Amino acid sequence: MTLITGITIFVLAIFIGFEIITKVPPTLHTPLMSGSNAISGITLVGAVLAAGHPTWQTQLLGFLAVMFATINVIGGYMVTHRMLSMFKRK
Amino acid sequence: MLKFAYILLPLLFVSPLTALGDETPAASPTPTVTALDAEGAADQVVDADADGKGIFSPNVIDLVYLIAAVMFIRGIKGLTHPRTAVRGNLLAAVGMLVAVVVTLGSGGLSPWAIIAGLVVGGGYGAYKAVKVEMTEMPEMVALFNGFGGVASVFVAGAAMIYEPATLPGSIATAASGLIGAVTLTGSLIAYAKLQGIKWVPDGAIVPAQKLVNAVLLVAAIALAWWLAQSAGTSSGYVAYWLIVIVASLLGILLTTPIGGADMPVVIALLNSYSGLAACATGFVISNSVLIIAGSLVGASGIILCQIMCKAMNRSLWNVAFGTMGPSADTPDADEVYKTVKSSSPEEVAILFDSAQKAVIVPGYGMAVSQAQHAVRDLANLLESRGCRVDFAVHPVAGRMPGHMNVLLAEANIDYDRLREMDDINPELEQYDVALVIGANDVVNPVARTDPNSPIAGMPIIDVDKCRTVVIVKRSLSPGFAGIPNPLFAAENALMMFGDGKKAILELIAAIKEG
Repeated sequence: MTLITGITIFVLAIFIGFEIITKVPPTLHTPLMSGSNAISGITLVGAVLAAGHPTWQTQLLGFLAVMFATINVIGGYMVTHRMLSMFKRK
Repeated sequence: MLKFAYILLPLLFVSPLTALGDETPAASPTPTVTALDAEGAADQVVDADADGKGIFSPNVIDLVYLIAAVMFIRGIKGLTHPRTAVRGNLLAAVGMLVAVVVTLGSGGLSPWAIIAGLVVGGGYGAYKAVKVEMTEMPEMVALFNGFGGVASVFVAGAAMIYEPATLPGSIATAASGLIGAVTLTGSLIAYAKLQGIKWVPDGAIVPAQKLVNAVLLVAAIALAWWLAQSAGTSSGYVAYWLIVIVASLLGILLTTPIGGADMPVVIALLNSYSGLAACATGFVISNSVLIIAGSLVGASGIILCQIMCKAMNRSLWNVAFGTMGPSADTPDADEVYKTVKSSSPEEVAILFDSAQKAVIVPGYGMAVSQAQHAVRDLANLLESRGCRVDFAVHPVAGRMPGHMNVLLAEANIDYDRLREMDDINPELEQYDVALVIGANDVVNPVARTDPNSPIAGMPIIDVDKCRTVVIVKRSLSPGFAGIPNPLFAAENALMMFGDGKKAILELIAAIKEG
């Protein structure tokens, strides 16, 4: 991936983000934040690659990164699910 | 059970992809090979595996990343309505699983550090998610913002060791370290403040803090320049970890001066940073899905930040660096509160007896006294007696965006009854009773009337326009803005002093008796 491709993806994704997130109602802002916690755990992809690299330095850093990112991913999605299940209409 | 089902779901469509990946190396030998050649070809395939070619080809991996990114976008789109939100979250979770599984299949990875990290992190994350109280959501989100930041710091640090050194790569690495470390320590301070940990100072902790912050930022940028110059050498590593240290200090110094009621803004901002850190890491390892997902989170945090700032009529700059407090000409509290009327539950029960429409305005005090379930019982009781009950929620009520809504949803209150400030304000004149629980500044009419007050121009919930206002509060102590609230002494206002939950329970008992 060239730098320009990366920047293109970045700018377009920011625009998509603004478009959809402005439509999230205030009622769901807390689940939006915990859900974004989970999505920012996408670093897990990079963490897995680092932890799988066969030197002890990368494995140590990678292990820590995998651990923290997984907390975000699992914790974020599960708590968001728990919260969203509470939003009911009688 | 659904919670666990969605973790397994993507395996269904990962298996055909696995098969597809397997065929690629097998198809490479030509059909005319001799037995010996075939053996050689087989050796090559094994060698290729050892060299790091996995079960998925790079193209397949990139395509799956694209699918994951689409799932994140569709998932967040689901959050635009409570009806579709659960499905949206599941979709985003599946997207994450797909992205991780395909990464695991990229080959040449030694599994042990990965497995250990997944097990430890997954276990702690699941434990936290199941155990956390809804009142503690701000703390949990703050902590998780920090974890996102530190994960990016470590990934960029590790990638320096094996990614080829390029100028854009070095800049991205420095950005990951800077944003990630600020997010980490900033979030830890925010977490500590939300937890009410006493030793965390309020206000500036070093002399001329703004100047020190500027110096630290300049130092980080200078180190980034050094990193770019020496990328791929050992002084490059030194530069990187120095950036992390400097940025960690910066995160602490930036967050400590910000007060408790501004936490919604800070958490939203750090949420955004955790996304931007992931985004920068995406540039470090040239990974599109990190860039896309990180940007989405970055945009989300910024939007929430803007909404919070607007709801306080302050700029982000003012929240981050300004001071908030009573101005010199703040009216004296004793003077303002001369005509305060204190009331009993019995008296308030009589009010509700004749009310057709009531509105409940929750604030942080409701969360502190865990009164949401008692409030639900009160609302149900009133509804059963023919009084319509709505809830008016101010955007900055509580300690994070949407905090009150989650607490009320937890107590089983219909989300249709949760009304936004702008939506309900024009109708408030039609309400017979407003019940304010643990809120202060967000219902202070001074915001409309006194252009010199620290909250001048802040949009408020106009409860003073209801026929009668009942305020449940421990005492007449001021809110975060540090100014008296003339609403408490207004002609149509009654104070019910006491702990939120206890007062509501007493009120319920009084209504049942009356």
